[in-house]
Amino acid sequence: MRKLTIPEEEYMLPGHTACLGCGATIAMRYVLKALGKNTILSIPACCWAVIPGVYPRRTLEVPLLYTAFEVTGAAISGIREALNAMGKEDVNVVGFAGDGGTADIGIQALSGAVERGHDIFYIMYDNEAYMNTGIQRSGSTPMGAWTTTTPGGKKRMYKWEPKKNVAEIMVAHNIPYVATATIAYPEDMISKLKRAKEIKGPKFFQIFSPCPTGWKHSPDKTVEVSRLAVQTNAFPLYEVINGKYRITVKPKHPKPIKEYLRLQGRFRHLTEEEIELIQKEIDRNWKALLKKERCSQEEE
Amino acid sequence: MVKMILTGNESAAWGARLSRPKVVAAYPITPQTSIIETIAEFIANGEMDARYIRVESEHSAMAACIAAQNTGVRTFTATSAHGLTLMHELLIWASGARLPIVMSVVNRAMAPPWSVWTDQMDSMAQRDTGWLQIYVENNQEVLDSIIMSYKIGEKHHILLPTMVMEDAFILSHTAEAVDVPDQKLVDDFIGDYDPPFKLEPGNPEGYGSLIMPEDPYMEYRYMIAQAMDDARNEIRKTVEEFAETFGREYAPLVEEYKTEDADAIMVVLGTIGSTAKDVIDSMREKGKKIGLARVRYFRPFPYEEIRALAKKADMLGIVDRSYTFGYGANLYTESKAALYGHSQVPVKNYVMGLGGRDIKPELLVKVFEDMLKIARGGQVDKEIEWVGLQGDERWSI
Amino acid sequence: MPIILPEDPTPIARVPSTENKTGGWRTFRPVINYEKCIRCYICWKFCPEPAIFFAPPDKYPAPKEALAKFDTIEINYDYCKGCGICANECPTKAIDMVLEELEED
Repeated sequence: MRKLTIPEEEYMLPGHTACLGCGATIAMRYVLKALGKNTILSIPACCWAVIPGVYPRRTLEVPLLYTAFEVTGAAISGIREALNAMGKEDVNVVGFAGDGGTADIGIQALSGAVERGHDIFYIMYDNEAYMNTGIQRSGSTPMGAWTTTTPGGKKRMYKWEPKKNVAEIMVAHNIPYVATATIAYPEDMISKLKRAKEIKGPKFFQIFSPCPTGWKHSPDKTVEVSRLAVQTNAFPLYEVINGKYRITVKPKHPKPIKEYLRLQGRFRHLTEEEIELIQKEIDRNWKALLKKERCSQEEE
Repeated sequence: MVKMILTGNESAAWGARLSRPKVVAAYPITPQTSIIETIAEFIANGEMDARYIRVESEHSAMAACIAAQNTGVRTFTATSAHGLTLMHELLIWASGARLPIVMSVVNRAMAPPWSVWTDQMDSMAQRDTGWLQIYVENNQEVLDSIIMSYKIGEKHHILLPTMVMEDAFILSHTAEAVDVPDQKLVDDFIGDYDPPFKLEPGNPEGYGSLIMPEDPYMEYRYMIAQAMDDARNEIRKTVEEFAETFGREYAPLVEEYKTEDADAIMVVLGTIGSTAKDVIDSMREKGKKIGLARVRYFRPFPYEEIRALAKKADMLGIVDRSYTFGYGANLYTESKAALYGHSQVPVKNYVMGLGGRDIKPELLVKVFEDMLKIARGGQVDKEIEWVGLQGDERWSI
Repeated sequence: MPIILPEDPTPIARVPSTENKTGGWRTFRPVINYEKCIRCYICWKFCPEPAIFFAPPDKYPAPKEALAKFDTIEINYDYCKGCGICANECPTKAIDMVLEELEED
């Protein structure tokens, strides 16, 4: 006998070609555990387009449509409507895209898809850069990070713009379910996915997925980095159901951001002042989130 | 069968409706808009059973059609000019994925500067995408071609998408009498969509994964080339079946008009053919022996028919309502390529009507006279002739 | 010689990735010290492959009687890439990451 805190059945086979310690594979593993076999996946150009391996190999136990980079929102709309036309409304239609294919090139299709209200899951696995093409900066790259297109150099040209908040953009679309999740909290992620599964309409997940290759941390630290992101409020875990915010993991004593940053080589260059700036940004966002939770929970 | 007064766009909408696509994903662009508006009304009134995805761009329209078609349903979309070129990346994807989507293209000029009027550069720029391409002359042909395109494309040895071109405003917004066939006849003619592969739970397959050079990438491209070549015979078969079922005849790849004894034959795409036929009739009354070859299918390219034309006449005048900067317009260069090694007949390119500039009958008379002069003399004076440029007195009428 | 063409009109991936033994990627191999393993399954939970599977309770010794009835776990070295997440997350530090020895050819 065994007592497990997450569903046992696997829908992912080993032998895939992900890097050692890849956070995105852990994310996919949990997503499929929550949603089950009656699922069709649409995956654009991103790490997950190559993780299953080269033709003719597959690593997932569900059908998978590989698509062009920017189209995930449109593709899942097409799959959903085709299935509905055939009377198969119960099949889960899931777009599984990276942060590049969601926050940047894919944002138009995502916005259109959720605005139209299709019954779809859009899952953004957020490894905070264009990892598949070699660690270039995306809109979702956090403040202060090194990437190959923000390589620092003499001009200290790192990514100084704040991280684009796609979850909040989704909340602004008034869709029934928006959530953030991360791999260090599988029970939280899976319960959110199961809750979302009961809702008809567009459901958006931003799953924070550390990348040892791109973030320059040791591959055994993937889950630890993910945990620290939550414990420092760098990546808060919350859900928004019909506009009502609920923070699902509230660190009692949030750790200083330094503890999160020092594990990752991509932040190695930061000065004390810059870390202070980042801490301030994190604190500001956390306070704003607490306010949103309070206000949205108030009775009208 | 009912006779209706329909614009080209309404005819396209009827062609789509009768073909029973299950998903229509489309984005508005002048002058295609009335196609998708008519379809929206059909659906809203319960006359057409399709899911309409009001996508937020043409690129997403093609993406949604690809995904829906790959899930196992028939799809339809429509666009023009910048919408078509925006789809370019995905047009190659659709044929590569062997999805027989059918799309109405209302030929419109490209910007800058902005022009909503007709020329064919938009669809000519897509000739490499692996789509079948057909250019039509009247609204009846718009409707009929859409129906035939589903039948041809969905054959398991073809499995290629088709774009059905109609000239902006000349057809799209001009009403003609059109026979709208019975739904039952169309159902029997096309049948249900029966794809050899589709996404379905329980079947964990991946479509479109990464493939190494040693794996059959090249072979998959070769198979598309074969399918495009096989399409010629499939087209010939289908127009015969169409004539039997609906009582209307079409030349399969190239429609010929008074070519048998012609000294010079004009080769065109689209509605120029209509005007040219009238001009041919009036000039023949004066004893000029001219003919017309209206190319319907540009893809697959009708090289056999072009070679046969060269045997009939002493000169071929290839009229293009588009241009590919560098060396001649596409109908011209491809016709010449087909003729190389097969014919010494002089061939000349007449570039006309870009940006919707009107191709008046008087202008075609001048072109025919130029063609006849070359037919007599045997020499092409200038390979590529831009006809009707402002200030060019040789072509002023 | 005739050309060999694929059967499908478009590339369809069907072959399970399990034919690709990624165990060959390892530099370090996780070794479980079953005396310390409290059968919490946290390693199974976080493995990215997954290369950690359940094994019958009596296959390996349990650290104490109360745990002996629970299934234990074992690592499938055909696929384990040696990322070390299991070792890092194990609450009792029951997993050591040991340098892979080169095989004698």
